[in-house]
Amino acid sequence: MASYIALNYWELAAASVFVFMNAGLSVIFSLRVHRSMLVAAIRMVVQLALVGLVLTTLFSIVSPLWTGLAVLGMVLFAGHEAAQQQERRLSGWWSYGLGTGCMMMASVLVTVFALLIAVRPNPWYDPRYAIPLLGMILGNCMTGIALGLDTLTTSLVSRRASVEAQLMLGATRRDAAAPVMREALRSAMMPTINSMAVTGVVSLPGMMTGQILGGVPPAEAVKYQILVMVLIAGGTGLGAVTAVLGGVYRLTDGRHRLRLDRLTSSRVS
Amino acid sequence: MLKVRDLRTNILKPASLSLSVGECVAVRGPSGAGKTLLLRAIADLDPNDGVVTLDGRDRSTIAGPEWRRLVGYVPAEPGWWADTVGEHFGEWTAALVLVRHLGFPEETKAWPIDRLSTGERLRLALIRALMALPKVLLLDEPTAALDAASVAAVESLIGARIRAGLAVLWVTHDSEQAKRIAHRLLVLEAGQIREEAFEWLATSP
Repeated sequence: MASYIALNYWELAAASVFVFMNAGLSVIFSLRVHRSMLVAAIRMVVQLALVGLVLTTLFSIVSPLWTGLAVLGMVLFAGHEAAQQQERRLSGWWSYGLGTGCMMMASVLVTVFALLIAVRPNPWYDPRYAIPLLGMILGNCMTGIALGLDTLTTSLVSRRASVEAQLMLGATRRDAAAPVMREALRSAMMPTINSMAVTGVVSLPGMMTGQILGGVPPAEAVKYQILVMVLIAGGTGLGAVTAVLGGVYRLTDGRHRLRLDRLTSSRVS
Repeated sequence: MLKVRDLRTNILKPASLSLSVGECVAVRGPSGAGKTLLLRAIADLDPNDGVVTLDGRDRSTIAGPEWRRLVGYVPAEPGWWADTVGEHFGEWTAALVLVRHLGFPEETKAWPIDRLSTGERLRLALIRALMALPKVLLLDEPTAALDAASVAAVESLIGARIRAGLAVLWVTHDSEQAKRIAHRLLVLEAGQIREEAFEWLATSP
């Protein structure tokens, strides 16, 4: 079995002295972040403790139903988070539905693929593998989709005249929106490409360092990390392409018009 | 040729008008009366209701892109999607006659868009729209930022196209220009369209 050093609660409490140190600095320099920092720290502790509890239960019962429900909960929460980050949102259910649907499709597809083809636990839906893999893919997928949709809506608004100029000359909605669509997809993929390019040199990924701390030989941890990186790239690409195409579809119509009236600005205040 | 009946959007009140082959109709009206909205609705750029037909064909039976090739529209502030002038024209050599007519040299092809003046943009956008050989042309103050010589060049160019059969709906604030170019005059005021006699112009301030 893996050799790792278990932490007891006193050791954790001792380490939390740094959070109080930060809060103290905030008071001294009147940064006024001590309150939000303490609240955030407490939230983190409570959330992680709950997740620990939930995962312990999920891992012990290995039920496809409960694993599936956990996955659904994670996706819905990620969808909500991605919708919150948009400066301009699609009106109505599209705002939440498009991002969430694409995230669900891409991350579940890629995770199931990895479980069936690469990791192959027994049973294949074993939550000890399914939940962490999905979590990592979903988190990156969420960032990619949020960035892609945000770039799409912002560029369509700022470059409305250029898109409509092409429509006026008889371009189809697909051709007219193509430059904006490419820009949105590039910005969605960029974080993944950058993180792949610098992994191991600038940053040691959390999953790999976690496995090493847990006693896994570095060479094995590296293999897992490579798997996860390619899954993230695949999931983000798939999710972003479908979300951005869906966004273009929604923000144009069958008469090949640009429909910015289907956007609402969320930052009214 | 172009018939518009009860065309309306959520802002524009129902508007009806018609254009014959080789006819130029001027549209006047105070700012905010909905002149641009009317042109955009005819070009089907905004969601709208009403009946629009071209040569008896209902607009709803014609795909959006094809409709906009038949009914060209040059907005008051034309958009550009590439960096240089030439990239906005399918074939620059084919456009050269018009380009020279409106006072540009051949090298204009390589000019960067962001260095063009408002008047240059308007004239180049007009050429761009004419190159698609539309049957109807909707113009939103195409000479607003031009000097007298350029205004004359634009008017003579469009005039020649009108004599060749092009139908034009021309939004202008300039009543002298309306008299020079148009056969009829429409006034759009408080969302209502009405036909105005040209004699009225002579007595108006």
